[in-house]
Amino acid sequence: MNAHDLYVVSPYLAMAGAAALVIILDLFLPVSGRGGRGRGLLPYAAFLLLAGPFVLSLIQFYDLGDAANLVRGGDAGSDGAEASILLGSLSVDRFALFFNFLVTGAAALVVLASTEYVRLMPRFQGEYFGLLLFSATGMMLLAAATELITIYVALELTTLPLAALGAFLLNGRSSEAGIKFLIIGAISSALMLYGMALVFGFTGSTQLSDISSAVARAGGGGAFGNYALLVGLVLLVAGFGFKISAAPFQMWVPDVYEGAPTPVVAFLSVASKAAGFAVLLRVMFTGFFDVSLDWAVLMAALAAASMTIGNVVAIAQSNIRRLFGYSTIAHAGYLLVGVAAGVGTAQSGPETPVFASIGPDSVLFYLGAYTAANLTAFFAIAAIGQRVGGDRISDYAGLVTRSPGLAIILALALIALIGVPPTGIFIAKLYVFTAAVDSGLAWLAIVGVVNSAVSAYYYVRIIRVMFLGQPPAIYQDGGARSARSAAPWAAMGLAAAALVFMGVAPGFVMGAAGAAVRALGV
Amino acid sequence: MAWVLFIALAVVTLGGGLAVVATRNVVHAALALLVSLVAVAGVYLLVYAEFLALVQVLIYGGAIVIVLVFAIMLTRSAEYPRTSDNRQWPLAAVAALGLLAVLVPAFLINAVQDTEAKNAAFTGIAQSLFTTWAVPFEIASLVLLVALIGAIIIARSGPGEN
Repeated sequence: MNAHDLYVVSPYLAMAGAAALVIILDLFLPVSGRGGRGRGLLPYAAFLLLAGPFVLSLIQFYDLGDAANLVRGGDAGSDGAEASILLGSLSVDRFALFFNFLVTGAAALVVLASTEYVRLMPRFQGEYFGLLLFSATGMMLLAAATELITIYVALELTTLPLAALGAFLLNGRSSEAGIKFLIIGAISSALMLYGMALVFGFTGSTQLSDISSAVARAGGGGAFGNYALLVGLVLLVAGFGFKISAAPFQMWVPDVYEGAPTPVVAFLSVASKAAGFAVLLRVMFTGFFDVSLDWAVLMAALAAASMTIGNVVAIAQSNIRRLFGYSTIAHAGYLLVGVAAGVGTAQSGPETPVFASIGPDSVLFYLGAYTAANLTAFFAIAAIGQRVGGDRISDYAGLVTRSPGLAIILALALIALIGVPPTGIFIAKLYVFTAAVDSGLAWLAIVGVVNSAVSAYYYVRIIRVMFLGQPPAIYQDGGARSARSAAPWAAMGLAAAALVFMGVAPGFVMGAAGAAVRALGV
Repeated sequence: MAWVLFIALAVVTLGGGLAVVATRNVVHAALALLVSLVAVAGVYLLVYAEFLALVQVLIYGGAIVIVLVFAIMLTRSAEYPRTSDNRQWPLAAVAALGLLAVLVPAFLINAVQDTEAKNAAFTGIAQSLFTTWAVPFEIASLVLLVALIGAIIIARSGPGEN
């Protein structure tokens, strides 16, 4: 460990430090009066502390230059210095930094949006933000991890705080959400660990680069010659499938989305999914690319199943959170289309896989756009829920007469989730489906387009209820109406602005995504 | 000799595992689990992984089984029938046997990569823990912190309690 190593891991240290500081700060802020005015500063403290990991990531981004990886002693950027102890475990490259920005941004918006929500909690406000930031630390580490054991512990650091946050409200539904997330997360971790054990047993290493060379040696001829490795890979994908909420590993999603606190669901649905896709992309493309012709079929099948199951079941939902639970399963499907499209077929013959960078590119861009859209939607749902006092779609009837601003913002997010221009997801879907056609997966692109049309039905239904429905004569009192601040509106506005920005000027995020995918070094 | 010991340990491990599933009393199941886990520690000794064997006995044999027994004791089990039987067991049996059928051929078809590092000494483990494995080791400490905080929140927030 030397000074340079400390510098390399500084964004992660800053994020974990911010989490610990918020918890400690909670002890010293005065509990003045009812509702705790002093504690009202906590979210802003957490927001400001997030500047630490953001600025450090920015410095590293410019410091990176032409080097592939900030960790010294690797193949690139080596200047005779002794190999770092981080070597093999972490790779701080443009791919990791892309997710640093995505996760830090999502965390900042969720913190802002939580200001109104945490007032409902009598205690443990510091722990709420602390756990959120610890989870964000795990997500950032997950995107940088290049070794199976590091991936595993980072994944646990990501999911454990989310399970506690899911149960935070301690009512029946919230506890159910927490325990379901914990138990199903544990089962998926067990599957994944078994897969890792098999991969280690049959390649002799836990480092992705060594696994890659072992796979290249073993899997000659393109066919998956190694049955044990195939089983290991399938178990790994099953474990990751839970985290990205892809079918058929999706059964926990609707219950957790219904019961957990809304800002936590917002964070879970975007940042946790992004981190899951980060690790999936890194493991598949860096570790197992030589057998990619075999797993691309698996990814395509998961994609088709997720899109279809998510969209078809969403139609029947009457609770908006459950509906978004199924919607997020469908979006995991669209994203998996991009993962499958990363494997192209060569002109020379179908036996040799070719890396089609447009596939992972489109996944990263889609994650950015989806993060903006889903955060907008969930922030609006949280605010509407506090005003109308319910999560059923029928509660939203005639919302436009009562809260026109919220109705319009939610409508924008819903239109975006269908994939209508001028929003980011339109470009993202175009990008993903183009990638699929380019890689010879035209059938998958068709399934995706048909599914997008199906999804329009249930998204538009909510808009219709909000704008054309009859408002109830007497509103239920949603409570907490007295304590309103500008912060949730700021979070909503920023997320919506990012959404539209990615639609009208996609070049910036596309460029970043392209640079990130090149860092995978396939 | 090693084979004889291995077969004996394997029989005890599997027997313990079967007893966990077959017995109808939850406490008996927890104790059968202990037998199975300690036998696994024996398997570790057989491949010269004495550190792992020690950890296995301490953590699994000690901590986990004791926590299990405490959990059974403290969750008012008198109000519930103390059996671990339910109607889904045929489904579970099919799933378990299916997984077995998928996994066993993996070890029959392919040869396990023989990594060296037999008889890893305690000092070697300690050294590699703070050099090669420093990153996952440090992340694990964060995971423990998070687990503690989460447990405190859930355990100490009963209604009406301060």
